[in-house]
Amino acid sequence: MFANFDFDVIRRSLGYLFLDGMAFTLTLTGLSALGGIIFGTLIALMRLSGFKVLGRIAGLYVDFMRSLPLVLVIFWFYFLVPYVGQWLTGASRPISVGAFTSALVTFIMFEAAYFSEIMRAGIQSISKGQPAAANALGMTYAQTMRYVVLPQAFRNMLPVLLTQTIVLFQDTSLVYVLSMPDFLGAASKVAQRDGRLVEMYLFAAVVYFTISCAASFGVRRLQARISIVR
Amino acid sequence: MIEINHVNKWYGPTFQALKDCTTKVAKGEVVVVCGPSGSGKSTLIKCVNALEPIQEGEIILDGIKVNDPKTDLPKLRARVGMVFQHFELFPHLKIIENLCLGQEKVLGRSHDEAMAKGAKLLDRVGLKDHANKYPAELSGGQQQRVAIARALAMDPIAMLFDEPTSALDPEMISEVLDVMVDLAREGMTMMVVTHEMGFARKVAHRVIFMDQGEIVEDAQKDDFFGKPRSDRAQKFLSKILSH
Amino acid sequence: MNYNWNWSIFFEPAPGGTGTYFHMLLTGLWLTIQTGIFAWIIALIFGSIVGVLRTLPSKTAYWIGFAWVEFFRNMPLLVQLFLWFFVLPELLPRSWGLWLKQMPNAPFYTAAIGIGLFMSARVAVQLGAGIASLPRGQKQAATALGLTTLQGYRYVLLPIAFRIIMPPLTSEFLNTIKNTAVAITIGLIELTGQARSMQEFSFQVFEAFTAATVMYLLINIIVVTGMRFLERSLAIPGYITGK
Repeated sequence: MFANFDFDVIRRSLGYLFLDGMAFTLTLTGLSALGGIIFGTLIALMRLSGFKVLGRIAGLYVDFMRSLPLVLVIFWFYFLVPYVGQWLTGASRPISVGAFTSALVTFIMFEAAYFSEIMRAGIQSISKGQPAAANALGMTYAQTMRYVVLPQAFRNMLPVLLTQTIVLFQDTSLVYVLSMPDFLGAASKVAQRDGRLVEMYLFAAVVYFTISCAASFGVRRLQARISIVR
Repeated sequence: MIEINHVNKWYGPTFQALKDCTTKVAKGEVVVVCGPSGSGKSTLIKCVNALEPIQEGEIILDGIKVNDPKTDLPKLRARVGMVFQHFELFPHLKIIENLCLGQEKVLGRSHDEAMAKGAKLLDRVGLKDHANKYPAELSGGQQQRVAIARALAMDPIAMLFDEPTSALDPEMISEVLDVMVDLAREGMTMMVVTHEMGFARKVAHRVIFMDQGEIVEDAQKDDFFGKPRSDRAQKFLSKILSH
Repeated sequence: MNYNWNWSIFFEPAPGGTGTYFHMLLTGLWLTIQTGIFAWIIALIFGSIVGVLRTLPSKTAYWIGFAWVEFFRNMPLLVQLFLWFFVLPELLPRSWGLWLKQMPNAPFYTAAIGIGLFMSARVAVQLGAGIASLPRGQKQAATALGLTTLQGYRYVLLPIAFRIIMPPLTSEFLNTIKNTAVAITIGLIELTGQARSMQEFSFQVFEAFTAATVMYLLINIIVVTGMRFLERSLAIPGYITGK
């Protein structure tokens, strides 16, 4: 049944698909995960800070982001970021920031909501005795968090954070709606240029599947190792 | 009624849970199985209605071989009542619904028939006022009495008890034992895994002592309490009776 | 921000002549709801079957369940929709493929089925975990009563497990609705799609997106409230599901 198909189109475009497309996807995934975890941790700390107003704002942000489809958020930021950039820099016109920056800001802001819930669960899972012991040693709140609570929370939640990163990796394919040159976007461009939709989309599916499977397998191994150590 | 012949059971490739166990329970007989924890007594009783599979030997229940692949297990199990350590009432069903479920879905009784039977049995275990409550609203002792009633509702030919009082607070143990004593005196065939030696003395015909997967002692009640032959049984008895 | 706000844009007629821009967004909202509910039904049906398969003792059943979940979980939803929409018709016999391509409302059915199957993997994982979290004795008690495996799931395990996983199911339902926005890529003009068209026609980007955002928030509030009500009305007295 594959007689009419031309799988050579894949071989011919491998360079573009991986060196451009996959590089874009992986860079976006990596930087978004990093930014999302940092920003998400800050949100989690705000929620647990005990300051009512701060906690309320953080909670609203998380609920708000989690209520919206990622596609809509991608559109939002795509149009909003130039205006914010103008406001920040005092330029006279909305500034163009480029596809990558726009996508990066979007994913950091969006995924932070999800990462913050994971970090919050992680922080809450640390027994109350730990911060108490740190306080007893004379540590400040910041020191307690920085040296005692967060390292443990991060360690406990590492498998969940990584699993969320795999989800993020898959989610980055949605930048397709802005015709950005990520892996799927690249595959789609070749597909439409050469009229080879079947071959290219099948190939894209196999690639995403392989990477996600391998990564989740790795996370499962890690999880098993962590639970043995504990 | 219940025949257990040379039963061997392994968990995984190495751990042998039952070693060449042979015994029987005659119709109308009450047999108490005791032994230290991990001795295989719960495993043995769960093999009788095939909740646990066995690898060697045979178990015959009322003339039907339990470990025969051709046996209709649901049908066979419906004829043997079982009471669990942690009651295992179905939490989403009212007490009376717990009693009706098996009657209707397994025995095919009509709803009215099942309700009537259920109500009668609830009355018998002294809980008729609680028919429309949910299990979590009852005390442990009450829940266990409901569990006995649920098993009896199936008109069983024999009853299996797997440590029915060991998850109960001390003050609730006797209300459950009283129901069991009545049942024994009415002539029910019973196999009871328990540490309640008072119960054993009162109604058991025979006592089986197990240790490390083996049946170490299988004796008439008076012989068992009078002069246990094995060291292990003596030690166990002295530990359990010392307080 | 020097952006020309114009909130009255919603009451201006949209190109296409079917009504105002507001009406256009409502059409999108309705399509989002329809697609979401259709997809959710598919997710629940397949997710329940696969979730149960993952908890059966049979190795084959477990592997089928495992393969299903891994297949649908390890590809971006967008790619899956492309597979169903662009690739599947080409792989089928010619006449079937043609029929698929000419089907009216193809984006709607593709989206509903594609998103439904994608979400079924997540429902399966939740349900499998819910069943696995039940005490082992529950299954044994159902079995001991003579219920078949199917009856045990139908009357005992599933009713409890579904109650336990109600909160995660609520968020999966919301995810299903949100995921319908991905179908914009195969030409389904649902809420996000209509907001995007409004932006393209009217140049009032932020009004269009604000309106869509508010509508999504409303959907969330309604679903969360509804599910909380359902949860409360199904709660078992005295039974704490959160343990």
